[in-house]
Amino acid sequence: MSPDRVAVVGVGQTKYSAIRGDVSMPGLLREAAYRALADAHMTMDDIDAVVVGKAPDFFEGMMMPEPYLAEALGAVGKPLFRVHTAGSVGGSTAIVAASHVESGVHERVLTIGWEQQSVSEAMWALSFPIPFQQQLVAGAGGYFAPFIREYVRRSDAPEDIGILVALKDRLNALKNPYAHLHEPDITYDSVKDSMMLWEPIRYSETCPSSDGAIAMVLANEKAAAASSASSGVLPAWIHGTSMRSEPATASGRDQVSPQAGKDCAADVFSQAGITNPLEQIDVVEMYVPFSWYEPMWLENLGFAEEGTGWKLTENGTTEMTGALPVNCSGGVLSTNPIGASGMIRFGEAALQVRGQAGDHQIDGVKTALGQAYGGAAQFFAMWVVGTEKP
Amino acid sequence: MSEDRTISALPDGLWTQPQPSVPSGDDTVSEVQRIRTPASFVYDFTPGRAPSRFLRGLAEKKILGEKCPVSGDVYVPSRGMSPVEGLPTTEAVEVGPKATITSFCVVHIGFGENAPPTPFVSALILPDGAAVSLYGTILGIPHGDVRIGMRVEPIWLPDDQLSTSFENITHWEPIDEPDVPAEQLKGHM
Repeated sequence: MSPDRVAVVGVGQTKYSAIRGDVSMPGLLREAAYRALADAHMTMDDIDAVVVGKAPDFFEGMMMPEPYLAEALGAVGKPLFRVHTAGSVGGSTAIVAASHVESGVHERVLTIGWEQQSVSEAMWALSFPIPFQQQLVAGAGGYFAPFIREYVRRSDAPEDIGILVALKDRLNALKNPYAHLHEPDITYDSVKDSMMLWEPIRYSETCPSSDGAIAMVLANEKAAAASSASSGVLPAWIHGTSMRSEPATASGRDQVSPQAGKDCAADVFSQAGITNPLEQIDVVEMYVPFSWYEPMWLENLGFAEEGTGWKLTENGTTEMTGALPVNCSGGVLSTNPIGASGMIRFGEAALQVRGQAGDHQIDGVKTALGQAYGGAAQFFAMWVVGTEKP
Repeated sequence: MSEDRTISALPDGLWTQPQPSVPSGDDTVSEVQRIRTPASFVYDFTPGRAPSRFLRGLAEKKILGEKCPVSGDVYVPSRGMSPVEGLPTTEAVEVGPKATITSFCVVHIGFGENAPPTPFVSALILPDGAAVSLYGTILGIPHGDVRIGMRVEPIWLPDDQLSTSFENITHWEPIDEPDVPAEQLKGHM
């Protein structure tokens, strides 16, 4: 028996901001979940199971919040499953939710990713001193910046590629009402002149800390048809899903372009029947927390040969007007509620396919890729969604 | 006093809830929305076999790695297993103390109480004989002069302050040896 087809039939997001002081953590989830249900023309009663994900609990200092969130969601008594894969968790969570439907066990599954960064200090949570471990005295940027330096060395990319990515993503964010950062006055020079944090990464080339949540309703073929008939919006059919991981520390490992990312892309493209991603993918949402990760992931995903990804940024291919628009939503560089960030990539891919992306919609999207990564660039999650029923 | 407010920063807020209320007639009370609550957690740490060897080595100013029984790659610090083969390591091997910078960044913002004054260099450092790099701070050289491939050595706390702690190595400083070509460092970051 072949697996059931799965589609995204509802997407809901909160307004993202540094401090969502108007809602608690349950309020954040409710806001996203009820918007997704409204988009799917469903209520919580229609949902068979809930799959949630967020970054490690010590980021917020709240252990296992998911049991009490079931009550806040009105999901008491429904199966509830939590996924943990660090920063890629939003993507992995959506994939686990899809497998709940694909297996034939459930017809309609609600999935939610969130983070409330304002209640703690995630950057410091990654940097506290433990005498028996080596200490990273420079936060997440200090972890990833050396790999960016190595990418620049290997590819001989112009020094301002990171500036171009940051400027593009922050300008795209102006078209997305949900985005955290709205900086209408941003310019090439303002990015260039922003404070150097982890050379070669500047302040304006770094993701913000955000509060927020995103939710999606995933449905099998029958439920998707009913939802679509009621809402009048086409489902975003899932054409492929893949997760890969590799050890954080291993001899021969290349953190500039991890093998797990290459394998994940090869797998998801194979499932979706994609042999030439640059031709066949219409729009990409990828996890770019520091500007240089756009060209790095373009190569890792196979959109460009090794050492040439920066050319697609430089020549405008990844702009909204280009052949391969990347992060039309503004991306992680404009919005980063960590546990939600991966699912926002997946959800924005679905919005593009459903024609619901509003001012940052690309015309005629048939196939879209969502990508997330996490941990020490060791966890990868991807999906391809499309207008055609697979 | 209480007036319902729309929840959600977007115009189509989904529901409302009452405004937080402050007792009327008492202007010494202000509305509190956020407080800082420092948290602490006391626990005992049992390192296990391989980390114990490593930490005891540090107390003698030795950097001890563990050898993968299949590939021979030496991991430091090791949790007692080869991350590639999934097999336990049994042999401890001393690496370094001389080492090579495999990549680095110049840090302009401080993190945590152990961070040196900014700007400073946070580097990936490959001890001679090890398969993967450690994180460390580079001092004793202007940050603009640090290079991928540069040779360095650890600077230790004074002998009477040594303990079974990673903090025995305060930082790393350059030594007068030729750089290692960057191409040789791929796969060892």
